[in-house]
Amino acid sequence: MNKYFKTFFNGIITENPTFVLMLGMCPTLAVTTSAINGIGMGLSTTAVLMLANLLIGILHGIIPDKVRIPSYIVIIATFVTVVDLVLQAFVPSLYSALGIYIPLIVVNCIIFGRAESFASKNGPLLSLVDGLGMGLGFTGAITIIGLVREFFGAGTAFGIDVLGRIPGFTPISTFIMAPGALFVVAILTALQNKLKAPSATNTPEGEARMACGGNCANCAGAAFVHNKELIDKRNAQIEAEKAAAKKAAAEKAAAAKMAAAEKAAAGAVKAAANAGGEVKK
Amino acid sequence: MSANTMYNVSTNPHVLHKDSTQSIMRDVTYALIPATVFGIVNIFMHSAAAGINSLLTVIVSIASAVAAEYVWEKCMKKPITTGDWSAVVTGLLIGMNMPPRIPLYMPILGSVFAIIIVKQLFGGIGQNFMNPALAARCFLLLSFGSYMNNFLIDGATVDGVSSATPIAILKGTAEGAYPALGKLFIGNVGGTIGETSALLLIIGGLYLIYRKVISWKIPVIYTAVFAVFMLIFGGHGFDLNFVLCEVFGGGLMLGAWFMATDYVSSPITPNGQIVYAVILGCLTGIFRVFGNSAEGVSFAIIFTNILVPIIEMYTMPKAFGREGEKK
Repeated sequence: MNKYFKTFFNGIITENPTFVLMLGMCPTLAVTTSAINGIGMGLSTTAVLMLANLLIGILHGIIPDKVRIPSYIVIIATFVTVVDLVLQAFVPSLYSALGIYIPLIVVNCIIFGRAESFASKNGPLLSLVDGLGMGLGFTGAITIIGLVREFFGAGTAFGIDVLGRIPGFTPISTFIMAPGALFVVAILTALQNKLKAPSATNTPEGEARMACGGNCANCAGAAFVHNKELIDKRNAQIEAEKAAAKKAAAEKAAAAKMAAAEKAAAGAVKAAANAGGEVKK
Repeated sequence: MSANTMYNVSTNPHVLHKDSTQSIMRDVTYALIPATVFGIVNIFMHSAAAGINSLLTVIVSIASAVAAEYVWEKCMKKPITTGDWSAVVTGLLIGMNMPPRIPLYMPILGSVFAIIIVKQLFGGIGQNFMNPALAARCFLLLSFGSYMNNFLIDGATVDGVSSATPIAILKGTAEGAYPALGKLFIGNVGGTIGETSALLLIIGGLYLIYRKVISWKIPVIYTAVFAVFMLIFGGHGFDLNFVLCEVFGGGLMLGAWFMATDYVSSPITPNGQIVYAVILGCLTGIFRVFGNSAEGVSFAIIFTNILVPIIEMYTMPKAFGREGEKK
């Protein structure tokens, strides 16, 4: 049971997708104009994440490795369509507030990241718990961002008037515009660094905590690292061939020059000999 | 000379000029004071309440900018730089960019934003990538559009100051009489506290050129390119009156002489300054003619501030003796 709890809290705190892994920044910046939108977006993503993780956890033994990405897209897109239609049917106001960002959950990198780095290596139940933890971590993070932006940008919290009760108050509407999202995320990250809380670049071990788990040996990018030697070798060979060709050409040119010089010298000697002959005569 | 003499070995510069950040910033402050005082007095003549509010706006902007710098540097345990007058200039420029009847907490918010977010977070004086005062103005303009664009003064009896800004009238976004050029040049028109008097701003700018604080390049080329742009694309044909109204009517004089020439956020290379001024002139024209708002100087300047590193990269002069070398 301990394993499940650990996986669950890993998603919420240790590897929080927004504040630690810095994944899914597009919905984080775009839809957090209010806390309610944050919760809506977070819970939609959580539902997709859990179901996709579960199915991928079941199917990962069957899906061939070479076509896993298209397969994941099909699985994720299926669940996104389900969520999209459910939202449209039951919470039309939230559906219209989130707009294009619901279909865009298909390409959300949190879902892909977890499918690739967790669900494809673990069993279905553990993957489901990971999806729940990650989803709730994402929900919590974007709700906090949404709350801060809504509080300053509109003077409300979860739609309830707070600052607006102060007479003469005008909301700082920059906070609910695009620059506000960047300000708030940057300031929250700065606080996190200041307080030495875990983040993508700020770990007690002093090493980067990346979405891929930091295991470079099994990374797709590792293929390039392994092949680097071969590539270098081939490049070196090409360079050597070029150098050899150049050298040969230079030698040829030098030989030609030498021959010409010899010829000239011979001519000169001949001339000198002739002159000598004349003198002799 | 014995072999034991100790020599002081140091890196250049070996000759120190008497100019310092403090003296330059003080000159800028002196140059800005006439236009500010004129603006406040002019508003006061029409409405005492608005005049007092303008005076308080300027004082509060300066005080909060200096206080924000002091508190931040104290908290971050950095050397205190409030003595170099740069925060005073930033605060004064913010105050000059406020409309007369702004609620006082808005300039405070602007000053804190300018000093902490735009200046100190990027490393303090000399490190900010855009003009702090203008960034604060744009922040307030986006946040409190209705307050920042309200230039009406209650209780005004004389027309002119009580109306909208001249360029807003020219653009047709506000009702009002077509401004007379002489009145507009002296500054007896509506606008923010410090931008109205083109005459005093130009005198301040000339003082800075005389003191060798700024070069003529940026303000003159900026204004000229803008005027040409307005002649061609302004939509009024070859109407010199219209062009002069556009040049002297809005924030262009304040922006061109005092904010585009900010040392930190303008190019350091001579050719780069020309490129910078041309881009500024065109962008201001584009924002004024094709934008929603009548004013475009502040957005043009902060946008071009971001391009400065690229401009400098391509206009770096060759060192003496290396002119003939190929890259």
